[in-house]
Amino acid sequence: MNFTSILKIAIRALTRNKMRSALTMLGIIIGVGAVIATVGVGQGARQKVQDQIASMGTNMLYISAGSVNRGGLRIGIGATKTLVNDDVKAIVQQVPTVAAAAPGATASQQIVGNNQNWNTRVTGTEPQYFELRDWPIASGSSFTSDDVDRAADVAVLGETVRRNLFAGTDPVGQTIRIGNLPFKVVGVLSPKGSSGMGQDQDDGVFIPISTLQKKITGQDWLQFVMASAVSQPATYAAQDQIAALLRDRHHIHAGQDDDFSIRNLADIAQLADDSSKVMTLLLASIAGVSLIVGGIGIMNIMLVSVTERTREIGIRMAIGATESDVQRQFLTESVVLSVAGGTVGILFGIVASLTVTKVLGWPVLLSLTAVVAAVMFSMAIGVFFGFYPARKAAQLDPIEALRFE
Amino acid sequence: MATMVQIDRELAIPALADTPIIQVEDVHKYYDLGETKVHALRGVSLDIRPGEFVAIMGSSGSGKSTFMNLLGCLDKPTSGRYVLEGTDVSQLDKAALAEIRNRKLGFVFQGFNLLARTTALENVELPALYARLGKEQRARRATNALNIVGLADRVGHFPSQLSGGQQQRVAIARALVNQPAILLADEPTGNLDSRTSVEIMQIFQDLNQRGLTVVLVTHEPDIANYAKRIVVFRDGRIRRDAEVEHRSHAMDVLKTMPLLEDEEAL
Repeated sequence: MNFTSILKIAIRALTRNKMRSALTMLGIIIGVGAVIATVGVGQGARQKVQDQIASMGTNMLYISAGSVNRGGLRIGIGATKTLVNDDVKAIVQQVPTVAAAAPGATASQQIVGNNQNWNTRVTGTEPQYFELRDWPIASGSSFTSDDVDRAADVAVLGETVRRNLFAGTDPVGQTIRIGNLPFKVVGVLSPKGSSGMGQDQDDGVFIPISTLQKKITGQDWLQFVMASAVSQPATYAAQDQIAALLRDRHHIHAGQDDDFSIRNLADIAQLADDSSKVMTLLLASIAGVSLIVGGIGIMNIMLVSVTERTREIGIRMAIGATESDVQRQFLTESVVLSVAGGTVGILFGIVASLTVTKVLGWPVLLSLTAVVAAVMFSMAIGVFFGFYPARKAAQLDPIEALRFE
Repeated sequence: MATMVQIDRELAIPALADTPIIQVEDVHKYYDLGETKVHALRGVSLDIRPGEFVAIMGSSGSGKSTFMNLLGCLDKPTSGRYVLEGTDVSQLDKAALAEIRNRKLGFVFQGFNLLARTTALENVELPALYARLGKEQRARRATNALNIVGLADRVGHFPSQLSGGQQQRVAIARALVNQPAILLADEPTGNLDSRTSVEIMQIFQDLNQRGLTVVLVTHEPDIANYAKRIVVFRDGRIRRDAEVEHRSHAMDVLKTMPLLEDEEAL
């Protein structure tokens, strides 16, 4: 019997019990829909995380003043005083794989301007910091190297600070007070949103490092150094070379712990990516369980169908259907059920993932792989769970089957 | 009763030489029912030559149904030989038996056994479908077979829209579609009224006239009388095997019967 005839018979048999077929398919529809939706949403989330990490800058190394163990007393990150401005110069000059580096020291300060006040993080750095972080100035300009040399009283505002102090107006050229010192606002940064860790990156004021160290904190050490490698693969070499250089400069003997730590943003990106991948996989496998439940539903209905149609099977066998003809017929029915369910499920899944990603504002990512896999998987479920009922039908004794009322 | 249509060349069975088309030699059949063993056939031997019209009679439990199942290749004998058109089919596997049922045998049952919600034409096409014939050939043969039984105008009807006699005629058409060597009919008139029964017997006589070998199981003596030869089973053995002396001719009998209004209304 050729395939089209078998398919026609299968579809006719299924449409005879429309309600039953629809309910049986529902299990597969929900299963496939859930798989497609979770994979789609999961990949959207992953893309979102990757975008956020990319927003921190490219090929970035983040060197922070690290914990140190002095006589059994461990001091936390950023608390050591060994990372200094000269380290930054040395890194740029002596490490060939480093393209640029910017120092960073922070202080939490109360800021007053335009009759408003706001408590925020004041970061002292150098102008190349904004390029390193791939962070454009929205209006005005950055402070200059000259400003750094002169320890000028100039500031660049983050978007959140601008909104809180100067809602609606352009602050460039205005004066703000940081602590008790008046600063001239030279620029406003474009909004960058929250970091991968959920911190609002726009809530901050940037001033020359020299100004911060001399006029606000009175400390000459740094909390961090941002460095960028010449290329993505070079980040690992740069990491090692910077570590060697800093150990040498800080006179750390072999066997002693570093007094700094270097984080490669590529590693963080990888980590975040891995965890979202695991999350997606977990969700998809939970959804996969519902596919299996749907498959059991198919098996159940096919067994009922075989019993109901015992006489039909007997007739077919008497007029010449072989065991494999009968088996193929019932197998086709279950595969048609599961694949039809799978197709509808894909549509549901796509609609669901589009809705979810739209509501959450994530990028939409529909995975062709997931769709193809869902179709293949539902077909496999049809074969797997249809096999036993079909086998049962094929092995009926024609004489008994013909006698069945 | 619709008039008979000329049998197509494909369907005419050439009268073979006098070699038996069915040769059954000392066939035994046991059924193992757990505790007890039923000896349904106790050494049956029977030859049927091409063009014969044999009625098999016997009370229930006589073994005639078991014998019919063996003839129809639905079951295998426990011992003995069954040679169908020169092939020993008694020890073939299931797939080979299915093919023989499909190509060489045509079945007509008491309960018609048509597929519900399937048109007359599609029912008739079914054996051709399992014979893997092409779409056009299937349709041509099925239409032709329906012509032979006088149902050319009912091809698109479902079994539920047909009378019992019409359903049985569809079943006969289905049995003919693969041009079988033998037509096996198991109580074909058991569910029909007397006039329709005679009409069905007329079809069988007509087909037999054109060379088709017919084997009919019945327990009604007047139905058996339409055959050329009657074989009587009792207790798993053949008790009597004789030619019919005063054979009934359905055409003549029909002339003496009143027309049933309700039958024709359908």
